[in-house]
Amino acid sequence: MNIRKQIHSNIIRSYLFMAIFIAVVIGLGYVFEHAFGYDDSFLGIAVFIALVSSFVSYYFSDSIVLGMSGARPALRNKDFNFFTTAENVSMAAGIPVPKLYVIDDNAMNAFATGRDPKHASICITSGLLEQLDRRELEGVVAHELSHVKNYDIRFMAIVAVLAGTIAYASDIFMRSLWWGRGRDRNDERDTGGIFMIIGIILAILSPIIATLIQLAISRKREYLADASGALITRYPEGLARALEKISRDKTLMKNASNATAHLYIANPFKGRKTGAWFSGLFDTHPPILERIRILRSM
Amino acid sequence: MSPTLIVTIVIIFIILFIWSLYNGLVTMATQIAEAWSQIDVQIKRRTDLIPNLVTSVKGYAKHEKTVFEDVTKARTSLMKADTPEKMSKANDALSGALKSLFAVAENYPQLKANENFLQLQNELSDTEDKVAYARQFYNSTVMDYNVKVKVFPNSILAGLFGFQEKPFFQTEEAERKPVKVQF
Repeated sequence: MNIRKQIHSNIIRSYLFMAIFIAVVIGLGYVFEHAFGYDDSFLGIAVFIALVSSFVSYYFSDSIVLGMSGARPALRNKDFNFFTTAENVSMAAGIPVPKLYVIDDNAMNAFATGRDPKHASICITSGLLEQLDRRELEGVVAHELSHVKNYDIRFMAIVAVLAGTIAYASDIFMRSLWWGRGRDRNDERDTGGIFMIIGIILAILSPIIATLIQLAISRKREYLADASGALITRYPEGLARALEKISRDKTLMKNASNATAHLYIANPFKGRKTGAWFSGLFDTHPPILERIRILRSM
Repeated sequence: MSPTLIVTIVIIFIILFIWSLYNGLVTMATQIAEAWSQIDVQIKRRTDLIPNLVTSVKGYAKHEKTVFEDVTKARTSLMKADTPEKMSKANDALSGALKSLFAVAENYPQLKANENFLQLQNELSDTEDKVAYARQFYNSTVMDYNVKVKVFPNSILAGLFGFQEKPFFQTEEAERKPVKVQF
């Protein structure tokens, strides 16, 4: 599949998953509401909590993540290759150059963060800068810049709100059951029963389903960043070689945590290389060998 | 819904479409002009670095007159280029002359170790990339604009407003041959 078709397919699929997500949220709200027989205050509260908790992390995403990772600002004379590569790729992508940071760590990794191209940052480990040549570095920087350009951070924040809503709604539902809040209105009898049963099953299953959908979307956006980056550099082989080097590197990152793992170019906890279907559903990133294969077929 | 209402809605829709199409085309044409001036900025960056480079190499290799002449000549023609074709040709001529200059510099180990020279070499190589990327961005902006101008029904309206296809930044056949390095 050529580059533009790849990009198109990944965008469509990620929006499709998003639509399924929204449908699940609405369906859940409907079931919970009918189980108890009152209005949508359930869903409203859940959405509110999810929005507030996501908003702060989204708006200040760059300072939060950079603070957690121990990064220093990049300097033109010290990190000439990184600096000039970022300038060049930003020019080709038509976005302003993001703020650049370096993490002093031998492990090979990179991430991008920031709510839109004007407030974005890209961070690279010193290990990556040492071991990649200029064309491979260009591939990595182009991938990260594509995350910024495609507003992936914003996209995943919305997805996180949806997943959070499902989790909170299920939680509130289960707690309401526990505390025995029955019918609020005298005229709404008989709405429990089957909806209650479905509601309980959904309340247990839906957080897991939400996580799976969230991870599926994350993987599609990773493929999209690969393809968009290749369109910027017109040289998918650069990123393919970089990914090969990254997959062979045995060092683990010192400062990655579960909260930030999904932002990195390769799973910092050394995810699997090939696609075993079931456990693959729980990966934030697609398998590296598959990414390399797709890049080389462009 | 009465027929008058339907017709009114259709007319409003058409007006909105024409309005957004016109604004879209104006925006893209302006973006193309900006992308074009970007190429100029990068070319200027390139020509600005040359005098420093020539001075630092002359410090070690005064008698290598031909390479200096070639580089200076190429630089002058690049600064004078006023059409895309001339610019492209001059840029490639400069790259060729620089390659020869750097090849000559290989014979002077003291020059090769000079920090200033190394920095200039890196910067010049970077400006080549920058010019290439600026041209690529210009071309991709032109492509989006040309598509918008040519598809149906935009093509009818674009013609009325005076928006025409714009040319890509292309290299001539002759330039596609590999650059020769001369010692």
